[in-house]
Amino acid sequence: MGNVALKEEEVVVSAETFHQVQESEEFQELRKRHRSFVFPLAIAFLLWYFAYVLLAGYAHDFMSIKVFGSVNVGLLLGMLQIVSTFAITTWYVSYAGRRLDPIASKIRHEIEGPLAAATKESK
Amino acid sequence: MNIHLAAAATSPGDPILNISIFGAFVAITLIIVVRASRNNKTAADYYAAGRSFTGGQNGTAIAGDYLSAASFLGIVGAIAITGYDGFMYSIGFLVAWLVALLLVAELLRNTGKYTMADVLSFRLKQRPVRIAAAITTLVVCFFYLLAQMAGAGGLVALLLGINDKLGQSVVIVVVGALMIVYVLIGGMKGTTWVQIIKAVLLIAGAAVMTVWVLALHGFNFSTLLDAAVSTANNPEILNPGLKYGLNDITKLDFISLALALVLGTAALPHVLMRFYTVPTAKEARRSVVWAIWLIGGFYIFTLVLGYGAAALIGADRILASPGGVNSAAPLLAFELGGPVLLGLISAVAFATILAVVAGLTITAAASFAHDIYASVVKKGNARPEDEVKVARRTVIIIGIVAIIGGIGANGQNVAFLVALAFAVAASANLPTILYSLFWKKFSTQGAVWSMYGGLASAILLIAFSPVVSGTETSMIPGADFAIFPLSNPGLVSIPLAFILGWLGTVLDKVPRDIAKQAEMEVRSLTGVGAEKEAVDH
Repeated sequence: MGNVALKEEEVVVSAETFHQVQESEEFQELRKRHRSFVFPLAIAFLLWYFAYVLLAGYAHDFMSIKVFGSVNVGLLLGMLQIVSTFAITTWYVSYAGRRLDPIASKIRHEIEGPLAAATKESK
Repeated sequence: MNIHLAAAATSPGDPILNISIFGAFVAITLIIVVRASRNNKTAADYYAAGRSFTGGQNGTAIAGDYLSAASFLGIVGAIAITGYDGFMYSIGFLVAWLVALLLVAELLRNTGKYTMADVLSFRLKQRPVRIAAAITTLVVCFFYLLAQMAGAGGLVALLLGINDKLGQSVVIVVVGALMIVYVLIGGMKGTTWVQIIKAVLLIAGAAVMTVWVLALHGFNFSTLLDAAVSTANNPEILNPGLKYGLNDITKLDFISLALALVLGTAALPHVLMRFYTVPTAKEARRSVVWAIWLIGGFYIFTLVLGYGAAALIGADRILASPGGVNSAAPLLAFELGGPVLLGLISAVAFATILAVVAGLTITAAASFAHDIYASVVKKGNARPEDEVKVARRTVIIIGIVAIIGGIGANGQNVAFLVALAFAVAASANLPTILYSLFWKKFSTQGAVWSMYGGLASAILLIAFSPVVSGTETSMIPGADFAIFPLSNPGLVSIPLAFILGWLGTVLDKVPRDIAKQAEMEVRSLTGVGAEKEAVDH
């Protein structure tokens, strides 16, 4: 930071521009890619989490079955929750890097112009 | 009984050693805070650290902010005493980060400036939405602050052997005063560095203890579990149900708690504010990724430490010691590494409280100065210098309120108070955050109904719950007006707030601001016009 002195000045973008961008095919594609990834995934992990919570709350016998040594189903499912959290995180980061970031930065460059874009890139 | 009294009168370790290690931590962090704060001039510097932190730094600071005394002391203690049911806390605390990662962090960074209200009021009517968002921010921060300050009292009892209320109150005053100094001098930059240092110390300390505990059990987790069962003389410690499996009400209470935990994190104002300290949305994403790995790793450690404490110390000794449940982790440190490790771990625990309290205070102060003073009272015409001046004054007031509240709440269950803060955040904030980011038709009336409805229902349900009255462990054990059976309000108040937000929107005839909606949607996904990193001075 610091070498390019861009203070907190707003790049002035008119309401008309925002409206046009929102209507543009490119932006609609970005919006679709974002929502079609994060919504199903959010619903899926919440269902998986509540399945675990309900099992832990109401299926004590099942959760208490020993799998190896003294490690039971409950502990394994708990660890699996942690592992799936790590996995979803990694998956989203890779998806966003491949499918979202390129379009988002392209639109941003188009709106803010080459100067602002160059400033951002340098950081 | 005599044995218990004898145990309560002495604390393990050497109070002078504990104080010296903590004093060293304070001295080192103060120097760093003073150095980091030299360039605190603008509002962006003070509230958002000039947006100059990297994703890795910010993610570590988030872990430092999130892994509060309740996480460290509370969860290790809960696992040591109630076994598996304690572990379920940490699962909820971790999985919740996916809500922040997928739905909130980047979009929020792209649209807001300093506070949660910036995003919520972006395309709605400024005044009513900002006031509501500032009120919910202040209430959540207050609950969370109380929990941390109450934890400080209990910790002191154990570590310094101070058992009388007056001595503990003095320590709460010292913690509060130190926190005020950090936040006044350091602003967000100083606060962030304290949190980073604390996170590194805490996670490293927990890692060392985890390896140590495993080494004592031949690096076999199953052997450790067997040892815990044999010390506890109860195989149920490995199975769910010890705490929440008693009857249908406790089972339902657990579901309610789980809902509040998983939906509360992404609505905690002090967590949200951290996303403004990085220059771009991509760095905000990196922050969450770092936070998830650090926090997830830490909770795996606490599982080992909790069962380690159950095996090596045992529930009876933990409960009999001053500090009760919260003393499991410090006692385990003493068992493993003697007074020196205990001193280190206690210093880390103190640092934890200090860092979290500082983060909460700057969030509450920013919300008051930026949302109430600058946007509502001065109608957006406040000079930035005045805004920061108001924020600094608010820090002092909040610090004093926290000290008084902390002395009052001394002895309350820490993990529980934090769970309430999560429930209030999930009810009052989350529906409006999600609706305003993703629902085009969402309206001012919907936001106001959802925020006030969620806030009021959560607090009323707590007031009429067994937490406040009706049982021996209630805040007011003598009275009984507990008409709501659950200890956690989330199961009712969270869905209610979502419904109110929907209903208020559907019934709102006021035309929506289409231009602002377009701007918000484009900005949130692309980062156009997002607040930039401040320049070096």
